[in-house]
Amino acid sequence: MTALTGLSIAAVRDGLAERDFTALELAREHLRSIEKARHLNAFITETPEIALARAKESDARRAKGKALGPMDGVPIAIKDLFCTASVPTTAGSHILDGFTPTYESTVTAKLKAAGAVMLGKTNMDEFAMGSSNMTSYHGPVKNPWRPEGREKRDKDLVPGGSSGGSAAAVAAGLAPAAIGTDTGGSIRQPASFCGIVGMKPTYGRCSRWGIVAFASSLDQAGPFARSVEDTAILLAAMAGHDPKDSTSAPVAVPDFRAALKKSAKGLKVGIPKEYTMDGMPAAIDALWKRGVAWMQAQGAECREVSLPHTAYALPTYYIVAPAEASSNLARYDGVRFGLRVDEGGTLDEMYAATRGEGFGAEVRRRVLIGTYVLSAGYYDAYYLKAQKVRALIAEDFRKAFEAVDVLLTPTAPSAAFAIGDKMDDPVAMYLNDVFTVPASLAGLPAISLPAGLDADGLPLGLHLIAKPFDEETLFRAAAALEEACSFDAHPPGFGGSP
Amino acid sequence: MSYLVKGERGDWEAVVGLEVHAQIVSNAKLFSGAATQFGAAPNTQVSLVDAAMPGMLPVLNGHCVAQAVRTGLGLKAKINTRSVFERKNYFYPDLPHGYQISQYSQPIVGEGAVLLDMADGSTRTIGIERLHMEQDAGKSLHDQDPGRTLIDLNRAGVALMEIVSKPDIRSPEEAGLYLRKLRSILRYLGTCDGNMEEGSMRADVNVSVRKAGEAFRTRCEIKNVNSVRFVMQSIEVEARRQIEVYESGGTVDQETRLFDPGRGETRSMRSKEHAHDYRYFPDPDLLPLKLKPDYVARIKDTLPELPDEKKDRFVRDYGLSPYDAGVLVVDRASADFFETVAKGRDSKLAANWVMGDLFGALNSTGKTIETSPVSAKHLGELIDLIADGTLSGRLAKDVFALMVGEGKAPSLLVDEKGLKQVTDTGAIEAVIDQVMGANADKVAEYRSGKDKLFGFFVGQVMKASQGKANPGLVNDLLKSKLAG
Repeated sequence: MTALTGLSIAAVRDGLAERDFTALELAREHLRSIEKARHLNAFITETPEIALARAKESDARRAKGKALGPMDGVPIAIKDLFCTASVPTTAGSHILDGFTPTYESTVTAKLKAAGAVMLGKTNMDEFAMGSSNMTSYHGPVKNPWRPEGREKRDKDLVPGGSSGGSAAAVAAGLAPAAIGTDTGGSIRQPASFCGIVGMKPTYGRCSRWGIVAFASSLDQAGPFARSVEDTAILLAAMAGHDPKDSTSAPVAVPDFRAALKKSAKGLKVGIPKEYTMDGMPAAIDALWKRGVAWMQAQGAECREVSLPHTAYALPTYYIVAPAEASSNLARYDGVRFGLRVDEGGTLDEMYAATRGEGFGAEVRRRVLIGTYVLSAGYYDAYYLKAQKVRALIAEDFRKAFEAVDVLLTPTAPSAAFAIGDKMDDPVAMYLNDVFTVPASLAGLPAISLPAGLDADGLPLGLHLIAKPFDEETLFRAAAALEEACSFDAHPPGFGGSP
Repeated sequence: MSYLVKGERGDWEAVVGLEVHAQIVSNAKLFSGAATQFGAAPNTQVSLVDAAMPGMLPVLNGHCVAQAVRTGLGLKAKINTRSVFERKNYFYPDLPHGYQISQYSQPIVGEGAVLLDMADGSTRTIGIERLHMEQDAGKSLHDQDPGRTLIDLNRAGVALMEIVSKPDIRSPEEAGLYLRKLRSILRYLGTCDGNMEEGSMRADVNVSVRKAGEAFRTRCEIKNVNSVRFVMQSIEVEARRQIEVYESGGTVDQETRLFDPGRGETRSMRSKEHAHDYRYFPDPDLLPLKLKPDYVARIKDTLPELPDEKKDRFVRDYGLSPYDAGVLVVDRASADFFETVAKGRDSKLAANWVMGDLFGALNSTGKTIETSPVSAKHLGELIDLIADGTLSGRLAKDVFALMVGEGKAPSLLVDEKGLKQVTDTGAIEAVIDQVMGANADKVAEYRSGKDKLFGFFVGQVMKASQGKANPGLVNDLLKSKLAG
């Protein structure tokens, strides 16, 4: 990282305000770092022209004394799941070849309106289905972190997924912040793997309009940054009711940053006993315990709580999400946009050839699972039962939150693993989301922040979960935890604060 | 009333249920802001949502909800305050999402009823099973290009109500009456224009047959029939087909069939084994639709007088027969026309003029009540001219014919053409004297007892007066003069 690429959003805002540097300088510096880090494969599409143009606009506004707010002039990276007008949008898939939206997603439109400077579209698991970024048609993303120790040094690691490109970009200093989407852990798990902060807001907090859908009842946009404060600043610019999304909540957006200043004193933190997993690495268990101690040191009360249906969350998720996906992805049929593979056969043959070639193995697997669980004769046993269990899981949380304000858990059951690992074992891959999926099913806000390193020197995250639309308490607890654990490690080669 | 189809081995009864797809009158589609203009150039009424572009989301059109509730109330049906939109999944190029958003297990409207006005003046109740909202698909055009199918998405996403009857219909005639009555109610409510030729209303027809007293047998569904006449014909030929199958020892398979009006037959479209598995599930992009009771009550307050109530009122207040009242209330414009004519006048006479002469004239000139050349005001004036003796019944018919042709007020025409009835006894006696003088032989015959000749004299007098003589006076004066 250079002097300008290591800055927080808060520092950027101050630097721009003080005329220490311009938005254009900031954009150029980040574009240079993106170019230098192309081996990470964090971006699918770089948008330097847009970045420079928006940076100039930002500087012009500021020169006239009309700077917009804390995001004005701040460079950001956008997961390639958000539709961006006149910029190709791939969702990491071959089937969207050649697709350039004429429209801008609500979240990216809000960021643009807030003066944010788009650097490019980040790599991701195909249609956000994956926990490793291995399923992207555009190739895997490399995690900027590398394990210490000689034998392991040659192995590239995954950044997690599905928002792996966004997480890697922020960790490597290619952008001070990025946006992603989280369906079952797709922001929080890569944040944990890349040693940064990633936050999933309450379902309905951010509009889904213009985000390529994976599982509509779970998908939620959220921020990545290198500090809790920065995620709070970025979320404030993303959130808000949108009449174009019927599931977006008509609630006001509070001042998230104000919540950061509140002490954690008296905060009640629940430790769900069911989150202790057999075979969980000792480093993760130890970090979790340290997390409890840190919260107590900050004046919080920690107590054990029970979420009895936790064990059913992952299987429930892997019924609900594929079911919705199988239907959401039916529109990729080769008829109106994207890839069409037509060998002159029948309509059904065109569908089969297009979808067979356009979708990767993991997407095909989930479409098949989803189609199966919705089929006549299986619907009640799978989809309907999963919906019932989902309600029970939400009820578990509701009861737990009668006694506590937030829950503290690990983010993921391991640190980042090597590229190629777990690819032959989908269930092992799905286990990455075991701690993040329950909050997704219940629609709750949750955040992952880097709290320590494992024996290989790889970052591990801790995970906080709060009540619906209580992001303020979530940020308050996260700020206290961040302060207590004072994590300041950086990926080797991308390191160090300026 | 009962419709029995004679088979080789006894009589069979047809059992019919109709699923009517009625396009909701709305300027915008069910889940997008796109316009819905009929006959627009292909693919000009399409939003990003209708084309299922990535990331686009449906937003329910509140006006369409109000229209569905209004229709439910008009069908005297239960309004469900909680209903759910689901996805019906299947692949077809004119279905851009790969699913249709419809209501399945929890529709917005539950059970209701439609009253049929039978020819003998009685009524028969056909149950409504449910009404649900759904979006239409686009159109595949197979005949525009030699090698390709073209897609027009103008209709994709258009709001429909599917109105499902119970299997209460027993004959083609009842099916016709049901469709006409339903259309009449929808038009009164302003929720569907009912134009079957524009596709605003189409029906899926479920037909089975059985012997009297039996339980229901297997049914076949005839898809997408687009006129009342074709619905009636398709029931007749499908019932015959099934009877022939049973009587030759076969069984009827549950399947979807198409009606070919040209050949007068139904053909198999796909059998149950090839039926789609639509994988219905609640659409996660839309929240369950919840209606507040006062919302439903407010819509109820705005309902117009519907055909059944109007019919009862016409029988009660105007003394019409139930059949005549039923005919007059079929559409609101006819009913309003009649009421304008009947107000302050002999209501039976008014009904006769509207249903007989006026409807006949509209029929023969290809006009509708809205474009009628004779206004209700003018027809009322004509009846007044009869009542005050200015016109005889016969002259009135002549004046009416002129009104149809020229669209003028009857009083004006009477003056212009000098069609006023002659009631001057002296003038009539002069004509009678002239006729009797010219037919002295016939007068003698009459006086010797050939009474039948009276009609001959009336005819001659009327002819001589160019039809203007008051027929009553002619009768009286002739009788006394012939009596000598």
